[in-house]
Amino acid sequence: MSLIASNLSIKHEKNFHLNDVSFSMSKGEIYTIIGRTLAGKTTLLKTIAGLISPDSGGLTFDGHDFGSIPVWKREIAMVYQQFINYPHLTVYQNVAFPLKQRGIQKTEINRRVITALSQVGLEGFGDRKIQALSGGQQQRVALARSLVKEAKIVLLDEPLVNLDYKLREQLREEFQGIFDTKASEDSILIYSSTDPVEAMQLGGQILVMDEGRIIQQASAKEIYENPISTKVSQITNDPAMNLFDGRIQDGCIVLSPEIKFDLPSHFNGLPQGDFTFGLRAAAISLDDNGFPFSVELSEISGSETFLHVRHEGLKIVGLLNLVQNFSVGEKVSVRFDTKHLYAFAPDGRLKSSPYGGLQ
Amino acid sequence: MSLFYSTLKYLAVTLWSMFVIAPFLWALTTSFKDFQSVTSGATYIPWVDFEPTLDGWRSLFKSPAQGGIAIVEPFFNSIIVTAAGSGISIILGTLAAYSLSRFTFRVGPIRNGDITFFFISQRIMPPVVLSIPFFIMLGKLGLLDTLFGLVLVYVVLLMPIAVWIMVDFFNKVPLEIDETALIDGCNPYQAFFKVVLPNSVPGIIVAGMFCMIFGWTDFFFAFILTFTEVQLLPVAIVALNSSITPWWSLSAAALVSVAPLVVVAFVVERYLSKGNLSGALK
Repeated sequence: MSLIASNLSIKHEKNFHLNDVSFSMSKGEIYTIIGRTLAGKTTLLKTIAGLISPDSGGLTFDGHDFGSIPVWKREIAMVYQQFINYPHLTVYQNVAFPLKQRGIQKTEINRRVITALSQVGLEGFGDRKIQALSGGQQQRVALARSLVKEAKIVLLDEPLVNLDYKLREQLREEFQGIFDTKASEDSILIYSSTDPVEAMQLGGQILVMDEGRIIQQASAKEIYENPISTKVSQITNDPAMNLFDGRIQDGCIVLSPEIKFDLPSHFNGLPQGDFTFGLRAAAISLDDNGFPFSVELSEISGSETFLHVRHEGLKIVGLLNLVQNFSVGEKVSVRFDTKHLYAFAPDGRLKSSPYGGLQ
Repeated sequence: MSLFYSTLKYLAVTLWSMFVIAPFLWALTTSFKDFQSVTSGATYIPWVDFEPTLDGWRSLFKSPAQGGIAIVEPFFNSIIVTAAGSGISIILGTLAAYSLSRFTFRVGPIRNGDITFFFISQRIMPPVVLSIPFFIMLGKLGLLDTLFGLVLVYVVLLMPIAVWIMVDFFNKVPLEIDETALIDGCNPYQAFFKVVLPNSVPGIIVAGMFCMIFGWTDFFFAFILTFTEVQLLPVAIVALNSSITPWWSLSAAALVSVAPLVVVAFVVERYLSKGNLSGALK
């Protein structure tokens, strides 16, 4: 069983919402669509659901043309980023709604609703009104409604984005457990997110979207190790991968007259010339033998500190495994861990990665 | 400081309540007066200032030949015309508003906003401008001085109110609710009737209230489009105002004319005070 999209395009006035999107998805897999806001993630999910018709291209599911099947007859479930439920119904009635629509017997509905509510941790909440629930509980109801259908395709459109940090962390862990069970069954799970951490944690296959296009599709590990372009490296890292223009010259990487370092071994095959180099924030550290930078901003995040530093036109962000206050303008010595350096061509294509990706 | 503001607040509320309630109290006491009590100067308290009588209320149920004012028939005529006019307006207006809120219409340069404005513009025009075409059309159809003719006119007058209120209401109902219903197996009609409509009850009630108030209190069209066969309550009450106005009967009739709106307001108040959409999209 697979869902295949062929050259899906949706254009509104002069802007592409989807631009020649093609992919193939198989049952039992989790697919995470990651992209910035307005990248086309929701449009793609709604197109799969049948809520939006593509201008061109098509979708097939199990070899059948999906486009000719109306939304209400498709075997799909969807959870929105807003907590969408039916406010005039109780929690139980909300979860039972799709089953009643299918004309399933009452005893079977009861069994499945109770199972779904227990899966999302809402046992005993059946009689409550939706308005009486917290945001997280409302989203669990929406999730239960999507699970109870036992749909062939489950679409989750940034389901955690409107929750507070703690709840997001908690639900993310619970989602993983639920998804693992669900995906091992008979479904295709498609999860959209703007959060690289979320995408990496969920694992599975990742589709990176930008301006209506899928710019890379690979496993989470592959996307992390070998982002095929600077755009992918920016979208799939938080904070975004540091990118700086420089050149390879005489066995050195030259970023500025003062900032030069030896060519790492994985760059040996690269010719001399201009490149865009990439380095994740975690590969930046403070070292007395490093290069002189001045602090622009420091943000303490839990047990870590995001340090924004600058050297003339070169701005980078480092992720330090310590909690420390820095004052703006403070001079610091910054070391680049060149073992983790990426090289991209001036047009943005990956040329060399520390994990062996060399094009 | 808070005591001062609290006192000021209660004083303002009391003054405002007196301002609102005083005319009703005046009409209520007048309805229990007779000719002597009304014409002998200002009297306020029954059994102290004047001897109360039920003559004014009894006259409502007597025919003019028996010295009454016969408002029973106009009262029921008003109920029929208002209920039918408001009911049809709400049904048609809700359907029209939903389609204007959810679907995109393009006819030449005309868009959804223009269509909505067209509905509303029916209420912007002065009633006198509409009265002549209404009069001519109803005359040609043989519907002048009939309840059915009045119902048709009231539908034209009240539907813009329903469309106006309901378009705004549906625009606030997240589209994702409709989409979720479709995904959950409803066809578009089921999505409307099973999900959107039950969650639109507060909006429908507000629209219904406005339609009923405008329909019930209309005097102009009820006066222009009826002669002898059909009379609505506002016209019947105004007709009492003559050289010798029976103020006690008129006051009783005025209170009767207000009663249905008060009852409706109390019944629907709980729907107006709590929105039903708060759990749809948090």
